[in-house]
Amino acid sequence: MIVGEKKSLQRLQDFLNSYYLRKILYSVVTLFGVSILIFIIARVLPGDPARLALGPRAPEDVVEQYRKLLRLNEPIYIQYFYWLIDVFHGRFGLSLVTFRDVLTDILEFLPATVELIIFTLIIDIIGAFSLGVLSGRRPNSLIDNFVRVFAYVGIAIPSFVWAIILQLVLANWLDLLPAYGRLSLGLEVPRVTGLVTVDSLINGNLVAFIDALAHLIIPSLSLAIGCIAQEARILRASLIENINRDYILNMYAHGIPSSTIFFKYALKPSMIPTVTIMTLDMASMLGNAFLVELIFNWPGLSRYGITAMLRKDLNAIVGVVLVIGLAYTIASIIIDLVVSYLDPRVKYRR
Amino acid sequence: MLLEIDNLYVNYKSYWYTLKVLNGVWLKVEKGERVGIIGESGSGKTTLLKTILRVLPQNGIISKGEIRYDGRNILKLSDSELAKIRRKEIGMIFQDPMAALNPVFKIRDQLYDILKYKMTTEGHNPSSKELYEESLRIFNDVRLPDPDRVLESYPFQLSGGMRQRVMIAMALASAGKLLLADEPTTNLDVTIQDQILKLIHRLVVEKNLSIILVSHALGMVYQMTDKVYVLYAGDIMEEAETRKMFNKPKHPYTQLLIASTPRLSSVGVGEGIRGKLPDYRNPPAGCRFAPRCPYVMDKCINTKPSRIQLSAEHTVSCYLYD
Repeated sequence: MIVGEKKSLQRLQDFLNSYYLRKILYSVVTLFGVSILIFIIARVLPGDPARLALGPRAPEDVVEQYRKLLRLNEPIYIQYFYWLIDVFHGRFGLSLVTFRDVLTDILEFLPATVELIIFTLIIDIIGAFSLGVLSGRRPNSLIDNFVRVFAYVGIAIPSFVWAIILQLVLANWLDLLPAYGRLSLGLEVPRVTGLVTVDSLINGNLVAFIDALAHLIIPSLSLAIGCIAQEARILRASLIENINRDYILNMYAHGIPSSTIFFKYALKPSMIPTVTIMTLDMASMLGNAFLVELIFNWPGLSRYGITAMLRKDLNAIVGVVLVIGLAYTIASIIIDLVVSYLDPRVKYRR
Repeated sequence: MLLEIDNLYVNYKSYWYTLKVLNGVWLKVEKGERVGIIGESGSGKTTLLKTILRVLPQNGIISKGEIRYDGRNILKLSDSELAKIRRKEIGMIFQDPMAALNPVFKIRDQLYDILKYKMTTEGHNPSSKELYEESLRIFNDVRLPDPDRVLESYPFQLSGGMRQRVMIAMALASAGKLLLADEPTTNLDVTIQDQILKLIHRLVVEKNLSIILVSHALGMVYQMTDKVYVLYAGDIMEEAETRKMFNKPKHPYTQLLIASTPRLSSVGVGEGIRGKLPDYRNPPAGCRFAPRCPYVMDKCINTKPSRIQLSAEHTVSCYLYD
């Protein structure tokens, strides 16, 4: 019994000392800092949010009342203090555009973006690894040359341009896929998670599921192409570098089949830089999603965020930025886990 | 004759230039013979060993020559025949065990794969228990303590000496007849160097292997080998029975190389050899040592000297003995 207690105590101690707990604590502090920064920036920007919200023809006393309601007349630190109290009560303040609590808005719009990003990531991972491996397996072959050209083009053209090109070609000219939106008219899926693909499966509505997937393809593809191009190049380069290392030549010297060498002993170390770059690309994905959501009329958080910026919707700006910060944090923890699985040296360095 | 290399040319190609490294190398190893190769860093010793097993990096091109092993030309073997030789006949100890062990796989993963393919070739599909027992056996051969911990370790968790013992164990698993040892002690502490060389020596004698030992430690080459080749800038300069080579070196390069080796008994530091290795992109047309040679003559510059047999066990490539 005492031994058991000691063991669980040891485990607790290990966790408290662990890299991940430290990382989580750091990110809480970071998010706190981000909230202060963005709170101040949103408020010192020129323009009167109350006036913008109510329009130029609203009478001055109504606007003044609205300012009072939002505590815009108070000093910034008092406003922040009240905002913090609200946050601990699960409220993120009123949106000046939708007149609802920002958290409610975010919960409504976030799933569309999450769905888009998840689908983009799936395409990205499959695309990057298969192109990188095809290319790195036989350097300077026809496939390799094709992949390299694709990589240059993919990196050079920004995702919103891809969005327009793909929309034009696949939707308008070839009429293969829907051009915008999340579901075709006439289809409806009751909301459970907010991810249309998941919801339609929960409801057993296969038609809606396929329709939702079809709607996802062009936006995800246009977000993913740049990332695929960059990551495939990195993977190709690492594979070619690794295949000439002594630890690979040593395996050849022992007569290990070349497919085992390539897919086991060369691929694993080559994935480390590729996965690291993927983290950075996930960040750019969130940024690029702003434009892609606009182009495809995608009712996601990015579009909500842009509207918030343009209308100087104070609380919405803070809320959206915090969500993006949180996404970064979670992504970086996931990537840390993956990298420390791939590269055992990382664990011991910490 | 176990291994016979003839007129071997190896280049490293890159987009902009070609490095002409091995320049018609020849070499003979009898069954059970212990052969040393000496020469300064960058002479092509590692390239030569890697060429024997055809494990050059992708830019390494074997442009000419023959490597006859047991009567067959290694350069013309089919993949499956080559795999057989790599799995159970020739083993190679790489220069730097840290670089030659995959950093992201446990020793167990790497060793088990090596043993698995070797045993499969011998006509037996091993279970993981058999692989484990075989690992313990070969670890015991190389006097590696705590084998269970070693198997579960990543290379970076082992000391330099232990890594080298793992490396040797792997090489021995595949070395049924011939062991290629590429400077097996260069990356080790002085105290460990001696242990490792003695270990290799013991194993070679016990298992009656032929060995090609590449080393900077001339003293060890002297003690451990029957015959020595001097390789300079991709050319074999001299071949002799070991004692003859060290007592009566004929080639000017060999003389300078042996003279510049630091000795405990000597006063002060050796002179070294002036100049440096030639540029492999555009090596000298004649004798590759000519630019540094104190006895250089006109014909040395333009034409490569041919092999001159001085006695049954002594060959030199130098116009001084023409």
